[in-house]
Amino acid sequence: MEQLLTADGIPLKVSLKKAYRREKLSAFLLVAPLLLFIVVTFLIPIVDMLMLSVDNSIVPEILPRTTKNIQTWDPHSGELPGEEIFEAFVKDLKEAKKNRTHTRVGQRLNYESSGLSSLFRSSGRKIKRIRRAPFKAALIKIDKRWGDLKTWQIIHQFSTPYTPAYYFAATDTKLKSSGEFIILPDEERIYSKLFLRTMLMSALITGLTLLIGFPVAYLLAILPTKIGNLLIILVLLPFWTSLLVRTCSWIALLQQHGVINDTLVSLGLLGEDERIAMIHNATGTVIAMTHILLPFMILPLYSVMKTIPKSFVRAAVSLGAHPWVAFWKVYFPNTVAGIGAGSILVFILSIGYYITPELVGGNTGTFISNRIAYSISISLNWGLAAALGVILLGIVIAFYILYDRIVGIDKMRLG
Amino acid sequence: MNSFIPKSIAALTGFAMILGLALPVSAVELVVVSWGGAYTASQQKAYHDPYMKMNPGVKIINDDSAGDGVAKLRAMDQAGNVTWDLLDAVAADAMRLCDEGLVEVISHDLLLPPAPDGTPASEDFGDLIVSECFIPQIVYSTTFGYRKDLVSKPMTSVCDVFDLKTFPGKRSLQKRPIDNMEWALMCDGVDPSNVYDVLSTDAGIKQAFAKLDTIKDQVIWWTAGAQTPQLLADGEVVVGSTYNGRLFSMIAEDNQPVAMLWDWQVFDLDGWVIPKGSKNKHEVLKFVQFATDTQRLADQAKFISYGPARNSSAPLVGKHATLGIDMAPHMPTDPNNSKNTLLQNYNWWADNRDDLDTKFNAWLAQ
Repeated sequence: MEQLLTADGIPLKVSLKKAYRREKLSAFLLVAPLLLFIVVTFLIPIVDMLMLSVDNSIVPEILPRTTKNIQTWDPHSGELPGEEIFEAFVKDLKEAKKNRTHTRVGQRLNYESSGLSSLFRSSGRKIKRIRRAPFKAALIKIDKRWGDLKTWQIIHQFSTPYTPAYYFAATDTKLKSSGEFIILPDEERIYSKLFLRTMLMSALITGLTLLIGFPVAYLLAILPTKIGNLLIILVLLPFWTSLLVRTCSWIALLQQHGVINDTLVSLGLLGEDERIAMIHNATGTVIAMTHILLPFMILPLYSVMKTIPKSFVRAAVSLGAHPWVAFWKVYFPNTVAGIGAGSILVFILSIGYYITPELVGGNTGTFISNRIAYSISISLNWGLAAALGVILLGIVIAFYILYDRIVGIDKMRLG
Repeated sequence: MNSFIPKSIAALTGFAMILGLALPVSAVELVVVSWGGAYTASQQKAYHDPYMKMNPGVKIINDDSAGDGVAKLRAMDQAGNVTWDLLDAVAADAMRLCDEGLVEVISHDLLLPPAPDGTPASEDFGDLIVSECFIPQIVYSTTFGYRKDLVSKPMTSVCDVFDLKTFPGKRSLQKRPIDNMEWALMCDGVDPSNVYDVLSTDAGIKQAFAKLDTIKDQVIWWTAGAQTPQLLADGEVVVGSTYNGRLFSMIAEDNQPVAMLWDWQVFDLDGWVIPKGSKNKHEVLKFVQFATDTQRLADQAKFISYGPARNSSAPLVGKHATLGIDMAPHMPTDPNNSKNTLLQNYNWWADNRDDLDTKFNAWLAQ
């Protein structure tokens, strides 16, 4: 078969390939700035958070000789480490005291066993007294906790540059220094309960926004365009109002002596002592978050409903279907894409929410993000905060993949 | 005439440019980080304004993020770009920052001026120097305020907070174990001097939680100092804990029907720490020398009811600057108010804070 040639004598296949490549390159160059932006502001911090969640370099950096030597010791042997490990440790502690880093490593190890931060701090103050061998006896004389097997088992466990300990803590489990893996007792479990609570409440909020948002979107979609556009301002204006203003106005409404309770009491429907507690608990969080996330459900639903021709329902009714049956069998299935989009949006936004649960949640309505913020700002356990963040990210990605399989992400429209 | 005007304009512009380039811009800017609100306002009037008047080349800028101070300083240090010159930190945070090597070590007798009678600074501040990086500024306390009009009789003891029969209604407590665990144990029969020994045992922790359980469903937990005054004003709570200066503002300035419950107030300290890597260290040291001398600390008490940290400042505490009332009776350190006080045991909490906090939050979630 003859090869097809273009006007300038080059084979058609080659020209086509070249033109196609050029098109792809120019499309890529157009997207490149956005791609760079996302990599810098999104991917790099996430990778950084991943590294932070397993980072234990603080111990090998501040106690280099100890961490190297302690590998030769068996933590389950029931005996304290040998003299050479004590010598290495004393040298390390002296140097750390000079660089003022001994308290930092004590603080890190304190997360594993309370009391280690004061042990390191007080030993740092007295370490000058030890000048020569025997180091073991001298160190134990400074503080008898150095004669505890547990102290050395913990140092052994955390002498590696990477550790999974933060992930264990984030899932309410612990790998003890004795080698035992335990699930923490009920009164110490907070993270698993918080994750569960976050997801259950977010599911509830998603359901409520769907229940309330569907009729509103339906009304907006079937009204004549002029009136519908006017009414949609009523959805958009609160959407554009500051989040803090909306949350605080809910506080004023739902308080014990707030607008709702005062009205009900003055109307005689409630006794003075029977005021409903609608805030500083899970109820307050659900009410406020439903209100705040409602536009995210209404807008995708509205945009999908607007594309459903009104003639479908009319046709169904003209064929003899009851209006209700026509709605369920003809109209509703066409809105599923909008329901999916709105639900996934509301759910994912809700599980990561911070400010509203913080203000109105009390102690039964807070989410995992409030705990992450606490770890960052107050307890300063950044490794734990990073591990919690990675787990939350994993949950979001899992739901995203699920959504993509069931509904398809390219079907998402936001109006 | 027509050609003269453009020429003169050109000459004037050129002259102004040269003037602008030649005049040195000598203002040093100090970033001082504090807690905002009435507290920063009192520092502005007692320290910043007089200092700027004495040193026209210095400009002091306020930043209100001391609440996140430790986390932010750590992040700045890791990024290698410290933009803060001075930080107002509570004692526990100052110890933490000192432990991490993020703030400068201070030699108190060398840096700070002595008292007017010659007592060296370290003795004038006394035990309040809890860390070698810390320059104490004020003594404040976490204590209770209650609505006079919503209770059957005045509250006199901190254990009244746990008495739901005589004083029904909601309470507001700080969302942390510190202070609450001590109060719970003391009201459950533990001797105040043994509180930390008891808290070091598992049984003691259970005892404290059991006592707190008796009021748990009536408690609103606060995280910001302004929440309790708001809750008291709204009538949402009958009694609540917060920083004493906030209650003073409510009572004296806003005329709310609230009374103070000073019994077993918990003292805490607020003071200055100097971040390492600050670019204006020399100026900051001069400012700190000025701001922590005897008269200055007494001056701050004119604007807010927190006690000055120096012994020599106490007799100089006078009247409120605008309201004209005597400040001394409203100080946490006044003998009438400080019959029963607890000084937060920083060392104990530094060790046990993380552990107890996990247990506290688990208890809250139940």
